Amino acid sequence: MSRSSEDVLLIVGAVRHKKVDGTLYMMRERLAWMQSNKNNFSVSHRYCDIKCQKISPDSKEKVQLQLVMHDGSAKTFQFNNTTGRPAQQHDRDSVKEVLQQLLPKSHQKISGELEEKNRLLKDDPELFQLYKDLVVSQVITAEEFWASKGKKSTNCAKNDKQPIGVSAAFLADIKPQTDGCNGIKYNLTADIIESIFRTYPIVKMKHAEHVPHEMSESSFWTQFFQSHYFHRDRTNMSNKDVFSDCAKKDEEEMKVERAKPMGDLSIDLVQIKDFSLGEGYGLVNEDQKGSSNHTHLTMIRRFNNHSTMVLKACEANKRAATVTTDSVPTSNISTHPGRNRVMNEMGQSSHLEPQTKKQKIQNKLGFEDLDNTESQESVNLKLSKLERYLHGPTPLMATRYNTSEDVLTATQNVSSEVSEWNLDLSQVLGSSVAVGVLGELSPGGSLMQGTSEQQLQQMVSQHLQEEMKQLYNALLELLRHFWNCFPTSSKFLEEKVMRMKSALERFQMVKLLAFKERLQQYHYAINLTGHMDEMLSAAYSKFDNWQIKKLSKKS
Amino acid sequence: MKVNVDGLLVYFPYDYIYPEQFLYMMELKRSLDAKGHSVLEMPSGTGKTVSLLSLIVAYLRARPLDLTKLIYCSRTVPELEKVVEELRNLVQYYEKETGESPNILGLALSSRKNLCINSEVLSEREGKSIDNKCYTMTASFMRMRHKKDPAVPVCNFYENFEQSGKEFPLPSDIYSLDDLKEYGKEKGVCPYFLARYSITHANIVIYSYHYLLDPKIADLVSRELSKSSVVVFDEAHNIDSVCIDSMSVVISRRTLDRCSTNIETLNRHIQRIKDTDQQKLKDEYTKMVQGLRESNAARETEMVMSNPVLPDEILQEAIPGNIRTAEHFVNFMKRFNEYLKTRLRVQHVVSETPPSFLKDCATKVCIERKPLRFCAERLRSLLRTLEQADLHDLSALTLIANFATLISTYAKGFVLIIEPFDDRTPTVPNPVMNFSCMDASIAIKPVFDRFQSVIITSGTLSPLDMYPKILDFRPVTMATFSMTLARTCLCPMIVSKGNDQVAMSSKYETREDVAVIRNYGNLLVELACVVPDGMVCFFTSYVYMETIVAAWYEQGIIDQIQKHKLLFIETQDAAETTLALFNYQKACENGRGAVLLSVARGKVSEGIDFDHHLGRAVVMFGIPYVYTQSRILKARLEYLRDQFQIRENDFLTFDAMRHAAQCVGRVIRGKTDYGIMVFADKRFSRADKRGKLPRWIQEYLSDGLCNLSTDEAIHISKKFLRTMAQPFSREDQLGLSLLTLEQLQSEEMQKKMEQKMQYV
Repeated sequence: MSRSSEDVLLIVGAVRHKKVDGTLYMMRERLAWMQSNKNNFSVSHRYCDIKCQKISPDSKEKVQLQLVMHDGSAKTFQFNNTTGRPAQQHDRDSVKEVLQQLLPKSHQKISGELEEKNRLLKDDPELFQLYKDLVVSQVITAEEFWASKGKKSTNCAKNDKQPIGVSAAFLADIKPQTDGCNGIKYNLTADIIESIFRTYPIVKMKHAEHVPHEMSESSFWTQFFQSHYFHRDRTNMSNKDVFSDCAKKDEEEMKVERAKPMGDLSIDLVQIKDFSLGEGYGLVNEDQKGSSNHTHLTMIRRFNNHSTMVLKACEANKRAATVTTDSVPTSNISTHPGRNRVMNEMGQSSHLEPQTKKQKIQNKLGFEDLDNTESQESVNLKLSKLERYLHGPTPLMATRYNTSEDVLTATQNVSSEVSEWNLDLSQVLGSSVAVGVLGELSPGGSLMQGTSEQQLQQMVSQHLQEEMKQLYNALLELLRHFWNCFPTSSKFLEEKVMRMKSALERFQMVKLLAFKERLQQYHYAINLTGHMDEMLSAAYSKFDNWQIKKLSKKS
Repeated sequence: MKVNVDGLLVYFPYDYIYPEQFLYMMELKRSLDAKGHSVLEMPSGTGKTVSLLSLIVAYLRARPLDLTKLIYCSRTVPELEKVVEELRNLVQYYEKETGESPNILGLALSSRKNLCINSEVLSEREGKSIDNKCYTMTASFMRMRHKKDPAVPVCNFYENFEQSGKEFPLPSDIYSLDDLKEYGKEKGVCPYFLARYSITHANIVIYSYHYLLDPKIADLVSRELSKSSVVVFDEAHNIDSVCIDSMSVVISRRTLDRCSTNIETLNRHIQRIKDTDQQKLKDEYTKMVQGLRESNAARETEMVMSNPVLPDEILQEAIPGNIRTAEHFVNFMKRFNEYLKTRLRVQHVVSETPPSFLKDCATKVCIERKPLRFCAERLRSLLRTLEQADLHDLSALTLIANFATLISTYAKGFVLIIEPFDDRTPTVPNPVMNFSCMDASIAIKPVFDRFQSVIITSGTLSPLDMYPKILDFRPVTMATFSMTLARTCLCPMIVSKGNDQVAMSSKYETREDVAVIRNYGNLLVELACVVPDGMVCFFTSYVYMETIVAAWYEQGIIDQIQKHKLLFIETQDAAETTLALFNYQKACENGRGAVLLSVARGKVSEGIDFDHHLGRAVVMFGIPYVYTQSRILKARLEYLRDQFQIRENDFLTFDAMRHAAQCVGRVIRGKTDYGIMVFADKRFSRADKRGKLPRWIQEYLSDGLCNLSTDEAIHISKKFLRTMAQPFSREDQLGLSLLTLEQLQSEEMQKKMEQKMQYV
């Protein structure tokens, strides 16, 4: 059976358990013991259930190993190799070692999961309340609860993972050490190599080209350390070097970058001056005279270039995370993924529309402290289907469908009527009638009966509101589980429907009824739980229908 | 809010006002009332522009007879655009409050490069070639030729403008450069010429300094601006350099060679015209005899602004006989050019005054002063006659002609220095003739003379009394305003020593010292550890920065910086620096944080703002003195001492400190902003340096912050940053640094504000 599907790491024969001989199997996920002459495991434990292992002291006659479970129970195995005690000990030690390796792993996983769940419950008080309502009161089991929640949480956790940027000083982390005999040792770690590749795609290309066909890994890096990438102040390099043409290429690339028009005019130093005085006019400023030191200039350029590349590497990272499709390294383009995209970006921004430019300037101008616009911080409503939000799930036949335009014109009409309203003195009401009408229109008046919902908030105590909110949350969660089962395509789902149905009933009995009773003490005129009852009865009727159908199918 | 400023109702487009803004408007009003000039210093980021615009627009509306126009000058294109948008806000506010448009025409003017919409012209990318291409398509003789031969290209937008543009003036509104272009495209008229035409009747003109200060352009563009205008020079801390630059000329060997070829081309042209169209040259000759009467008439009636290169005397005289005919003039120029060539053949440095140059010129090649003065005007007339479209090619000849006019016109205020080689490379002969203006007042004098009020304003003008001296004018008010702050959002400090107690200084004797360089490096590294987001550093010069960066690389300091932040460095290549800046901003935006190393007096220090997270700290490494060994500078210092009684050291310190202040001021752009300002040089703590910082920085530079070691500075920075990171709301500011209308009107506040201001 499961032997075929799971990797067997270790098989130890002649192991006694409860005085019966058998064989111990150690698989990737679990440990199992099979009685000799039998075909199935009589003992099987997942590693994550095992708390620890104990071995018998050498002084003891029997060579034994005990597994203590999380629930407190223990299983003892005796190693009974016929060849003698050393062999028995050897067997046990091998099992012990495998266990030693495997146990911490599964523990980590478990504790990781637990921590995650713990964190979720802590961060989300509503979820915690739900957990209390459903799991602690044993309406559903913890696994079921997490089965639906867990997926969501792990998903978003994965998306939130931030890509790690490249440290600007990664080359400085390679601390050269003298090896004592006139040489220098550089320590390269995988991280550093990755940083180098990410920052300098061209080095990666060279690496792919030359290693291992033309040179070994180490000689490649030796050359790298001799190149301008590492020694920024080196200007003339031997031609044999792998990287000698890189310097030129980098320089060219920098030139291309420079020639691109900048999007942001306010920092474009080329365009910033309105005009020059003209050749030959003006003073020669001593400071403006070029420096004579070519090495320094190249070095400064390289620093700039380095920082730019690091910045780009971070950006390329971000994009790679979102656009995973174009990671196929086939064409020429993918060798400079960052560069091409940046070019596009710049191309777009260089044609800044006057409007956006104006906006940008306006943003720069504004004195936020002088203006009186206090923007209220608000949470944005994220709507996946705007239509449904605007019109709501109203049944079509109940009212005539109004488009938003209709509504708008209607409000406009009303407002225009109001603004154009003129006093028509010939048709005014008598004062007593007017007072009477006003009275009827005030809260409590006969014309205002339908509007009592507005005061619901004040009528019901804060405490009850809270409680009701919790009830709603729990019920909705349960109902979600319930409705999720349909259509019942598998046996498991069918079982779950049954379970959920009973859970709902239990919820109604335990929670809802109690709440109703409490409500009665307050003598509210309105039926606060009506909606919940409706939802429950809808679920029940669905269940009944389903059961009838099932039965009829069977019969 | 509507504010009552000394009896003038000012619409201020915000609900609150800073006290200093109100005071600023008071001062401004005073100088407008007095029809005089003024110097006003107000910290950057306290809404200088909006106060200026609000008051002046209110004044324009209330007293249309006293004041007709505002000419707003700024340095860079982005700054111009900002002013336009502020103005637009103000006008919108007027509309909202009064219910009707205030009927104001305001527009920005820039060079063709930024205004042209002709795609053919725009295919040239360089500003100069765009100007030139435009000229070849719009010059009157080219258009005449086009009528005969349609194959000659003309610009349709310009043609449309000539036909109909002047009949339908721009509707009253605010036009940015983009708006002008859009309008031009819509109507099919040239935005550049439309703008140039419209500035004569616009209420508000926003353009660059050069349109008023550079005589070559001012004469074309700003001649006919109304006398009853107020001129505002914003960010004017460097205005004297602009003046000097616009009047100075540099002539190298190459210029003279190119001038020779120019003369050859002209000669050929003249020969050809002589064969075909004798009459044209004759007409020109008669015009010469009549002299430049027309422009003289205009100037006497004060219709136009005078041009410093075209002094009054010239206008009254006829052009001298020996350069009246075209051939004679060309020969004359040729002789003069040859003379200049001989002058460049020197072995040692020559420094002389214009009179001695003229005397030498007269004895050697018999060229008198008088014809030289007419060179520029004569050349312009000749080029018009010859229908020479391609002015760009003749730039060398124009330069020499201008030089001739300048040197023969001004006996004072200029110096001619001929250097046979660059000081740094004494073995390479590279003779250069510097004709340098030493008196900034020459270029700006016509502005002061013509316009009723000139306002010089900036965030950093201290010490204020220097400007009236070097620009030679008498202001009616001079005032400096400090920043009222509810929380001390700037943290200036002077770091004078490293942790090892070695003094930090960029002075010449110790600047190569390893210990000093290392201490500078450590300061930067430690600051980079504590300061969030962006940091900007300024060095005294490119050369100094390069050596320091190289030394830091060897000392491993660069690596340490890179552990905390990305590193970007300004270079002399503008495009490269732009890219670095772009990435610097990106790094600040995305949270990586970055350090920008840059140079005082460089491109970044002028005109790039590092507001909010783009600059949380700024470090000034050393005092940015100018290169004092320069002969031109020495001559200027001497002149300043003799003419204006300004001591050399005073001027040098003043110049260094205004640049330092300008650099550190880049980082604070408002009251909600905050930043650390580190002056890393021992010499900053001396009273003569400290006292020259703007008052709004000095105020917060207490004695306890004046002699810090690196450790102490880091400690203070940490504390400062922690405090600043706390939330800051309007309530904290209200009544102190932010006023409502009621608060502003209360008597108590008025009194308090009076004390805040400092007259000079």
